[in-house]
Amino acid sequence: MAQVTLDSVRKIYPNGVEAVTPASFQIKDGEFVVLVGPSGCGKSTLLRMIAGLEDITEGALCIGENVVNTLDPADRDIAMVFQNYALYPHMTVRKNIAYGLKNRKTPKDVIAQKVDEAAKMLNLTDYLDRKPAQLSGGQRQRVAMGRAIVRDPALFLFDEPLSNLDAKLRNQMRIEIKALQRRLGVTSIYVTHDQVEAMTMADRIIVLNGGRIEQIGTPSEIYHNPASTFVASFMGAPPMNLVAAEMQDGRLSFAGLELPLASSLRGPVTLGLRPEDLIIDSHGPLAMEVELIEELGAHRLLHGQVDGQRLTVHLAKEEQVALGPLRLSCRVQNLCLFHPETGARMEGGFAFNLAQTRQEERV
Amino acid sequence: MADISLSAATPVVPRRRFRWSTVVDHAILITGALIMFLPLLILVQTASTPDVETMKYGPGLYFGDQLDDNFRKALFEASGFSGENTGLAMFKNSMILGLGFAFGKIIIGMMAAYAIVYFRLRFATFAFWLIFTTLLLPLEVRILPSYEITQKLGLLNSYTGLIVPLIASATATFFFRQFFRSVPEELVEAARIDGAGPVKFFIDILVPLSQTMIAAMFIIMFVYGWNQYLWPTMVTTEEGMYTLVRGIKQIVQVLQGGNEIPEYGRANVLAIIAVLPPVAIVIFFQSWFVKGLTESDK
Ligand SMILES: Nc1ncnc2c1ncn2[C@@H]1O[C@H](COP(=O)(O)OP(=O)(O)OP(=O)(O)O)[C@@H](O)[C@H]1O
Ligand SMILES: [Mg+2]
Repeated sequence: MAQVTLDSVRKIYPNGVEAVTPASFQIKDGEFVVLVGPSGCGKSTLLRMIAGLEDITEGALCIGENVVNTLDPADRDIAMVFQNYALYPHMTVRKNIAYGLKNRKTPKDVIAQKVDEAAKMLNLTDYLDRKPAQLSGGQRQRVAMGRAIVRDPALFLFDEPLSNLDAKLRNQMRIEIKALQRRLGVTSIYVTHDQVEAMTMADRIIVLNGGRIEQIGTPSEIYHNPASTFVASFMGAPPMNLVAAEMQDGRLSFAGLELPLASSLRGPVTLGLRPEDLIIDSHGPLAMEVELIEELGAHRLLHGQVDGQRLTVHLAKEEQVALGPLRLSCRVQNLCLFHPETGARMEGGFAFNLAQTRQEERV
Repeated sequence: MADISLSAATPVVPRRRFRWSTVVDHAILITGALIMFLPLLILVQTASTPDVETMKYGPGLYFGDQLDDNFRKALFEASGFSGENTGLAMFKNSMILGLGFAFGKIIIGMMAAYAIVYFRLRFATFAFWLIFTTLLLPLEVRILPSYEITQKLGLLNSYTGLIVPLIASATATFFFRQFFRSVPEELVEAARIDGAGPVKFFIDILVPLSQTMIAAMFIIMFVYGWNQYLWPTMVTTEEGMYTLVRGIKQIVQVLQGGNEIPEYGRANVLAIIAVLPPVAIVIFFQSWFVKGLTESDK
């Protein structure tokens, strides 16, 4: 177990692509950190640098106390689970799991005992003598996990380990991995492009965009205080509504919504509204034209337009709705304002008059 | 329900439709097979007939009774002057050549391909294409310099001289390179994390994964080595080192000497013996062969 520190770690591929701009962060001992971002944003590159599979162009990487930049993957005391599992096809499950130990000259009886333990933990005991080709996707995934855990590494690395599984199995494995990590208390870095996985599994999330870190925070921080429109629209399903609004004379106006804000900002802003913060209210200030109702069982999503801008509303299943016009109000304490061009969160200039907000909880 | 079980109980046997095209196809194939088979039949026929008759009438229609006798002579009696080139000895030499040739080529080809595919060598691609172009330079083109070098090294009439000069193989290198490139990158990375160095990765993972490929290469290379004629003819002058293919020639060669009747029967028995191991190997390995060249179990 160990903490991981990145100090301005940067990656430029030989072809000149800067896949990771200098990134600095620290992962605490035992923490489960999820790297999330769209395809091609450099998640795998960052993870592979930590694993030692890719050279670090600049910066320092520490696992535990030591700088490990030049250390071989085998000597970094890490274990990695790959997207396609990367099991050795010609070895039985038992041999697959034991291979790393065998290479480290672990005594035979210790190996046997550890493999049995890992197999028990992962419900693989009945499959130990099968080859990977004779296993289902989920079982292969478990074997890959087993290969990682027998070695008692200081750090687990996962590169989209669940993306080859079907939705149901993915949910199940997600919970299993998380539980296992809790139990073993091993520091873990988990790469995914699935924001649900990120939200549910992470102690902390690192959101990457185009090789740059957009935000680091707990799932709830990321969800409630996104640092940019990118994070706001990437995290959360459905994503945050982002609409063009106007600030003037301490008032924020969007469609029929008028909010007093103690702010010196003026001019256009991007207003972020979570779909679940919009409420049906017959006297509400927003007039929405509902165009589509998505039935999701536990809740419903309304898609439509307010003042010519697309908006999604999240509703509990009890609420009655129909296509056509509808009036909404919103919970103002969760509003976010972003710079209309850069998309960056506008913090300082934006503080609700809290007293007023409480009063006007439903504007 | 009843209907279903009823119809299931009395399966209708579909009558095969008679098609002229099928008959024609088969006729062509059978004719082809017979034509291919004819030389083999002549071989057996000649091997079973007394040499005098063969000399007089050429290949005949009836099998003789000499097969036994010729067989014994071929295997255990020497044909040359030194008395060393019995069929058995030549069989052994051929076997050594075939096996040495096949294993040598596989080992060297695999190692070359391993270096080219997995190590960041500066001129790996260039080196590969250089190796590849040697396909255009078969032994026959370079046979004089090869002979000279072999001779200067004092390797004439030795197994080393028979095998080593032929052992570099662009074909094997090429096939193994293609195969290694299709092995998923993650497997290498997983092995690195599992603490397997280059040698361990090669032996523990790459070689077992290449099994079918190795088998396919083995067949091709064994047959190729077994059937070598020109090189053994040049390198071996001692009869004890003759291979089967070379030995047959020597028996029939007596004809040119003039006085004796060439031992056709005996030579043909040797020819039969020479044909058998490649056939056996192909039959034995054929399922692997097809697998090795077509699919890959990764
Ligand atoms: N070996 C390489 N050489 C050059 N560029 C590369 C190499 N590998 C990746 N890249 C580039 O680096 C960027 C980041 O790639 P990376 O594989 O880290 O993305 P990712 O976030 O893991 O995406 P995904 O979710 O699709 O796996 C991409 O723009 C990619 O084109
Ligand atoms: Mg990736």
